[in-house]
Amino acid sequence: MTSTIPNPLALIAELTHRCPLHCVYCSNPVELQSRASELSTEIWCRVFKDAAETGVLQIDFTGGEPLARPDIVELVRAARSAGLYVNLITSGLPLDETRLAALVEAGLDHMQLSFQGAREETANEISGAKSHAQKLRVLDWLRYHRVAVTLNFVIHRRNIDQLEEMLALAESSCATRIEFANVQYYGWAFANRENLLPTRQQLDHSVEFLKREQQRLQGKSRIEFVVPDYYANYPKPCMGGWGRKLMLITPTGDVLPCHAAQVIAGLSFENVKDHGLREIWEQSAAFQKFRGEDWMQQPCKTCDRRKQDFGGCRCQALLLAGNAAATDPVCSLAPLRPKVDALLAAINTPTSVQNFIQPSWLYRSNPA
Amino acid sequence: MPPALNSRPRLAPGCRLGENGQQRVLLMPERALRLNGPSLEIVERCDGQHTVEQIVRELQKIYSKAEPQKVEQDILGYLALLQERRALDFEL
Repeated sequence: MTSTIPNPLALIAELTHRCPLHCVYCSNPVELQSRASELSTEIWCRVFKDAAETGVLQIDFTGGEPLARPDIVELVRAARSAGLYVNLITSGLPLDETRLAALVEAGLDHMQLSFQGAREETANEISGAKSHAQKLRVLDWLRYHRVAVTLNFVIHRRNIDQLEEMLALAESSCATRIEFANVQYYGWAFANRENLLPTRQQLDHSVEFLKREQQRLQGKSRIEFVVPDYYANYPKPCMGGWGRKLMLITPTGDVLPCHAAQVIAGLSFENVKDHGLREIWEQSAAFQKFRGEDWMQQPCKTCDRRKQDFGGCRCQALLLAGNAAATDPVCSLAPLRPKVDALLAAINTPTSVQNFIQPSWLYRSNPA
Repeated sequence: MPPALNSRPRLAPGCRLGENGQQRVLLMPERALRLNGPSLEIVERCDGQHTVEQIVRELQKIYSKAEPQKVEQDILGYLALLQERRALDFEL
């Protein structure tokens, strides 16, 4: 049988779940994988070649903190020589200037540096670590070594009123892309969502501000903005559609269609130790499960938007509707949208807007 | 705004040409653009040496059957799009 499934375009490589930060919205699963079970350097290097041969163009090294791997320079070099565009998604914490120079020399194409805020105090609260000052040092090194940089600010109720300061910080740096990405509610963020969701007023204000700034900075810096989909009318096309563009490999080598897919009971995942990527992409039951439209329920099945948003996010459907094949409940057409509305109503009552009180966060832990 | 004719476009940091099998692509943060025919001819000339005007003249020669005015407009539009995506820097 010749394949009609388009090749995957990007591979997200979660090199480790270890991280010096403890962010309350971490996208890692609540069940973290241990250091002892992580893939070896040799297996990763083999996977990079396999990925390039499967048609993958870009690789995102992430984690946890990918710099927690002592072999990161070797991994960057191997991925680049396999022909991949290499992006490093990092907190910048385990970095010094010598290590940065080595990464650049090994062929690093781009770095996405995360910021938890523009103010030391808020940033340290959210990350559960003293991290902000080091990030500012990293910005200086990035400029000196002429690295292509995206600054990524993760946005939520506690920092959404500081966008102006964040943008000023980004503008003073060498970054040409600036992402303001609202938290997406999975994993640790799902556990903390009542303290993280912004109010509607905050959100409207931020959208207005960023639209204006996008105009002002046109051609100079590119601002990307991700809204929290709980406030949207239609769901996001999660991962560009299940099994359509992206694959993710966990620290132990399991291959997933998205970050959170392990929350969906009944799915099992193949491992790169046992199978090639092409075989997994085309034949894995987990990748087939929500590919195309056959799995869709109403109202998705006959909806005009099904080719745009693919029914939204399967993991969110599971988390909110208890059924991974349901229409994503953030969709205004979903039968369970009232559940999301009830949550938003609770967030938007005057008594719940207590930004001055530090919430009791559930901090992300570290794996064994 | 269309780029100035005497400016010299070059690929911005983090952007480079790559290939996927036979398909040439422009790789950049978080995305890749397929390059075919004229788009490839344009991007290959964004080397910090060619001016916008030189790129226009050279492509008008390659695509001599097309209306020269139309070729110029299309090139300026494509360069502006790439600039908006921060894939190009323009040097004077």
